[in-house]
Amino acid sequence: MYSEPRYLPGGDRALIVEFADEISEEVSQMVRRFSLALARYPLPGVLETVPTYRSLVVYFDPLAMEGPRLVEKLKGLQKRILEIDLPPARTVLVPVLYGSEYGPDLGDVASHNGLTPEEVIAIHASSTYLIYMLGFTPGFAYLGGLSPRIVCPRLDNPREQIPGGSVGIAGIQTGIYPIDSPGGWRIIGRTPLRLYDPDVDPPALFQAGDYLKFSPIDEEGFYRIAEGGRSR
Amino acid sequence: MTIRVLKPGIFTTVQDLGRYGYQQYGVPVAGAMDEFALRAGNLLVGNAESDAALEITLLGPKLELLEDAVLAITGADLDASVGGKPLPLWKSVALRKGSQISFGRPRSGARAYLAVAGGIDVPKVMGSRSTYVRGKFGGFHGRPLQAGDELPVGRSSRPTPGRKLPAHLVPRYGAPEYGGIRGIVRVILGPQDDYFTSESLELFLSSIYRVSPVSDRMGYRLEGPKLKHRQGADIISDAIPPGAVQVPGHGAPIVMLADRQTTGGYAKIATVISADLPVLAQLRPGDGVSFKSVSMAEAITALREQQAALQAIRKQLFSDVFALLKAFAEASASEMLYQREGLKLTVRR
Repeated sequence: MYSEPRYLPGGDRALIVEFADEISEEVSQMVRRFSLALARYPLPGVLETVPTYRSLVVYFDPLAMEGPRLVEKLKGLQKRILEIDLPPARTVLVPVLYGSEYGPDLGDVASHNGLTPEEVIAIHASSTYLIYMLGFTPGFAYLGGLSPRIVCPRLDNPREQIPGGSVGIAGIQTGIYPIDSPGGWRIIGRTPLRLYDPDVDPPALFQAGDYLKFSPIDEEGFYRIAEGGRSR
Repeated sequence: MTIRVLKPGIFTTVQDLGRYGYQQYGVPVAGAMDEFALRAGNLLVGNAESDAALEITLLGPKLELLEDAVLAITGADLDASVGGKPLPLWKSVALRKGSQISFGRPRSGARAYLAVAGGIDVPKVMGSRSTYVRGKFGGFHGRPLQAGDELPVGRSSRPTPGRKLPAHLVPRYGAPEYGGIRGIVRVILGPQDDYFTSESLELFLSSIYRVSPVSDRMGYRLEGPKLKHRQGADIISDAIPPGAVQVPGHGAPIVMLADRQTTGGYAKIATVISADLPVLAQLRPGDGVSFKSVSMAEAITALREQQAALQAIRKQLFSDVFALLKAFAEASASEMLYQREGLKLTVRR
């Protein structure tokens, strides 16, 4: 973590408040703290903020608040940041039907690591993952905390269509495809939860700073939840 | 009011000023590529600047008005006509029910905006009417227009035909090329300009790049001198502002535009200033573009100049008010109300 955050210009209407050049839970908490401080003491001209791994990106209207003045204001806010009580982070439980046609690459991930498919499931579902940020596609969560015992490289040939809800592993990352999309991740299971719905506010099931746990379910459980709609 | 789509054109979508507040969930902003043209079009017809209009790309649609309407076409000159007669650009006109609006061969620029009094009244999704085609939501059923679509238009309390943008304020998208350059775009260096060698920074600011055919609302890929990173192109993924020029490992810059993804992991050498995003929006594949580094203060000055041009349209409000007073003097009503853009005026006898 830097001793003082860096304020980097993203053109004339975005300011990047960068806290570190590393990924860690400590840095992530700092981003969250700053984001909460800005929510509690709103500044005129600020349109929205986007928390990322190691920075908070502040979008603003340069005609209402010019960049250099915004930097001054944010530096002022920085002093109050320790007053912010971080509310306890939510832990979102994500039910997953592992293996079979829902997770066609479970066997490959197991053999790549010299494990049985059951062991891969047990390891994957025993970790608690931190949601560092959302991005890439609507509702996609960047997770930290995959056990090094179940890492696996991407497919050589990406699939053209992966169903939304698919849970995959790519290198040292694990994640969930929010909507049907092409992709090269090793798919080990699928959740019946709808991670992203443009007609619901907020549109995503998660937000940065939440924790996530996977919980194995069977086919009956999968369809019960899928038919019950979105569980929030 | 309804507009019927007879032919859709190659890529016509409903856009407003974009979707803010949801990037933290990974939802792109979308919105008009040329915000100036959208704002101007809306002001010309008496709408709020943020109302939704049609963004028309290169080969335009054929449309039929199912009722009388006031509309304005701004941005690129895509050879618009009504009933075979050319439609003026940057000017609001009153058209009769049954009028058919067509577009021919693109003359200059890439994107025209058709603003109609009352605005295109599709449902808002996450606070905006902008179409995000990749996500299949917003706009008209989350997609570009198709033949047979019927677009709902909102009610306008008082449309304003006959307004125009003063000629000296009309952006010159069709300016001839100088030394192969069609657009000069100003940038603010950063956020990761320190990822590049000083030779590459200089190269970026002194070269002519061409807009590649693989360019769309998400971003423009540029062909030209390759840029070198000091130590790799990858950064820890962070947010991508509008106009960010990201440079992946292959060294060819990509300017990220309206439909860009919210986050990404490539170093960004510079960011195009807000006032010049319309210049980019109006470039076509094959056009030359060069980049010039400016200070934050210069960027804000340029944006204020653009605002002043929009202000010139608003000033025509005064002539509207005089017209109202004249009408009132001649009418027998005891009271008349004028309401527009936050301004409310009641005249009593």
